[in-house]
Amino acid sequence: MRLYKILKNTLLVLMACLALTACATKKEVSNVQGQMQGDVYTGTDTVEYLADGVPDRVFFATNESILTTASRETLRAQAGWLRKNPSINVVLEGHADERGTREYNLALGERRANAAKDYLMTYGISSDRITVLSYGKERPVDSGSNPLAWSKNRRSVTVKAN
Amino acid sequence: MIKKILVLLLIFIPINANALIEVDITRGNLNPLPLAVSPLSIDEESRKGFEKILKKENIGSEISNIVENNLRTSGLFNPLDKKAFLQAPDIANLKPRFEDWNLIKAQALITGKVNYVDDKLRVEFRLWDVLAAKEMMALAFTTVPNNWRRVGHIISDKVYERLTGEKGYFDTRIIYVSEEGPKTQRIKKLAIMDQDGANNKFLTLGNELVLTPRFNPASQMVTYLSYFKNMPRVYLLDIETGTQEVVGDFPGMTFAPRFSPDGKKIIMSFAKDGKSDIYTMDLENRIVEKITDHPSIDTSPSYSPNGKYITFNSDRSGYQQIYVMKSDGSDVKRISFGNGLYGTPVWSPRGDLIAFTKLHKGKFYIGVMRTDGSGERLLTENYYQEAPSWSPNGRVLIFYRETKSNSKGEGFSAKLWSIDLTGYNERQIKTPTDASDPSWSSLLSN
Repeated sequence: MRLYKILKNTLLVLMACLALTACATKKEVSNVQGQMQGDVYTGTDTVEYLADGVPDRVFFATNESILTTASRETLRAQAGWLRKNPSINVVLEGHADERGTREYNLALGERRANAAKDYLMTYGISSDRITVLSYGKERPVDSGSNPLAWSKNRRSVTVKAN
Repeated sequence: MIKKILVLLLIFIPINANALIEVDITRGNLNPLPLAVSPLSIDEESRKGFEKILKKENIGSEISNIVENNLRTSGLFNPLDKKAFLQAPDIANLKPRFEDWNLIKAQALITGKVNYVDDKLRVEFRLWDVLAAKEMMALAFTTVPNNWRRVGHIISDKVYERLTGEKGYFDTRIIYVSEEGPKTQRIKKLAIMDQDGANNKFLTLGNELVLTPRFNPASQMVTYLSYFKNMPRVYLLDIETGTQEVVGDFPGMTFAPRFSPDGKKIIMSFAKDGKSDIYTMDLENRIVEKITDHPSIDTSPSYSPNGKYITFNSDRSGYQQIYVMKSDGSDVKRISFGNGLYGTPVWSPRGDLIAFTKLHKGKFYIGVMRTDGSGERLLTENYYQEAPSWSPNGRVLIFYRETKSNSKGEGFSAKLWSIDLTGYNERQIKTPTDASDPSWSSLLSN
């Protein structure tokens, strides 16, 4: 009888533990899911605005430089803003996450910023107004070592040059 | 200081007797050779002379400590505890009592003597085979007193060479990037130190981001990437004079520089319109040549020691892989075919191997493969590590390793590590700050 009681208590504690762990894991997953699609960052907490409704950055998948639908929307907004402000020039700063070799990441950052540049140009922005600068993995915005942090760091940021 | 080359006097021709000790370097540190490094003996007058100039109480002991430390860290030798030595240094140098050294299980013995002669440091040393009761080598050097650490390194190189049959790597320096501050605003400076971590010196102030310094194998020049005026460009730096200049006139980012084996060219990547290609620039006539022309990323080029081939990193197959081509850019062949991504290929100074970084299933590896891609061997696995650089004798690789940080960025560090080609003897090289992008110099005394 006593043994049964001990067993029952242990089991209860065990179950409680399991429930808690499940909860914690679930919460983290949904959190990340809300801010990432595939492994592209879709959140907003690092984004700054060049003007009202004009986000300054676009995000990329691991090892990729393809613009997502959301990125193209952001860049169209930037192109509109640049057309309205013809005296403003910009620097496109391309970045990579920390999970790649330094030299390759420098090239990858350049490729990402150029993907953004090409898109701005197809929306009528002259290449004279755009400078590309790659930082590779040298200037992360999020210093964490986790998939969400890395997704925020794989980016091209449009910065006013003047 | 480095320019004051040591005077090397051969006082005895090495005796090549039969059955003398040999160290098998292909087996790593499985069985390090027990040896005794007797402190170099010094007369009282010389001791006082050096104490005045160098602020070291006993320069003889200091030099033998350098030798002992070098031999120990090579992983091939096991220097025995000095407390067990039965014979005084001065007498041991004249005529060792081999029974005494045999008793403490020393198979080799290093003895020597230091003198203060005409404001110079004169060092002689002898290497003895204890079991055969024979002298294996005897050499003497004269140099300026300030070079005392280098004397220790040169003795280490001579002993290493005599016992292993291969050149040493102790009289060398490491150039690297010193890192400080939070990950998001890392301050990076060029720094240089002796191979054993001594004489650390910063070469830039940290005002601009600097990356990937590499030695010229033929001189004390360095090429590196600097973000001076926010324009990432390849620079050339003379570490003796401190003068620097930008390499070439490219309308965009140049990066991933290295010297050709004769030191006359720089090979690097130039990125434009989303593609990176490999270029060379002749340092004498400034002629620039385009070596690869492909819409992919071609980077991290490294020459074979005979200058006839180039290995590089390209994602032309869709992912980062290692390729080899002739130095004019023809005959491009992919050589890495294992699972995962491959980067930072660097040709061994012996010519037979290419070291690389591999990323597979979230882990980073430093490995080596033959120049046709066969015989891939992974030496070390970690959370993050990359950028191997060869010791001048091609036996040891130095690289950097980063640790994971938590969501606040805490727990992050970057350190230099070295590992034997055998995969044994992995050790951290202490630096005053965090460190990355190491590059090993050639032997200074050659």
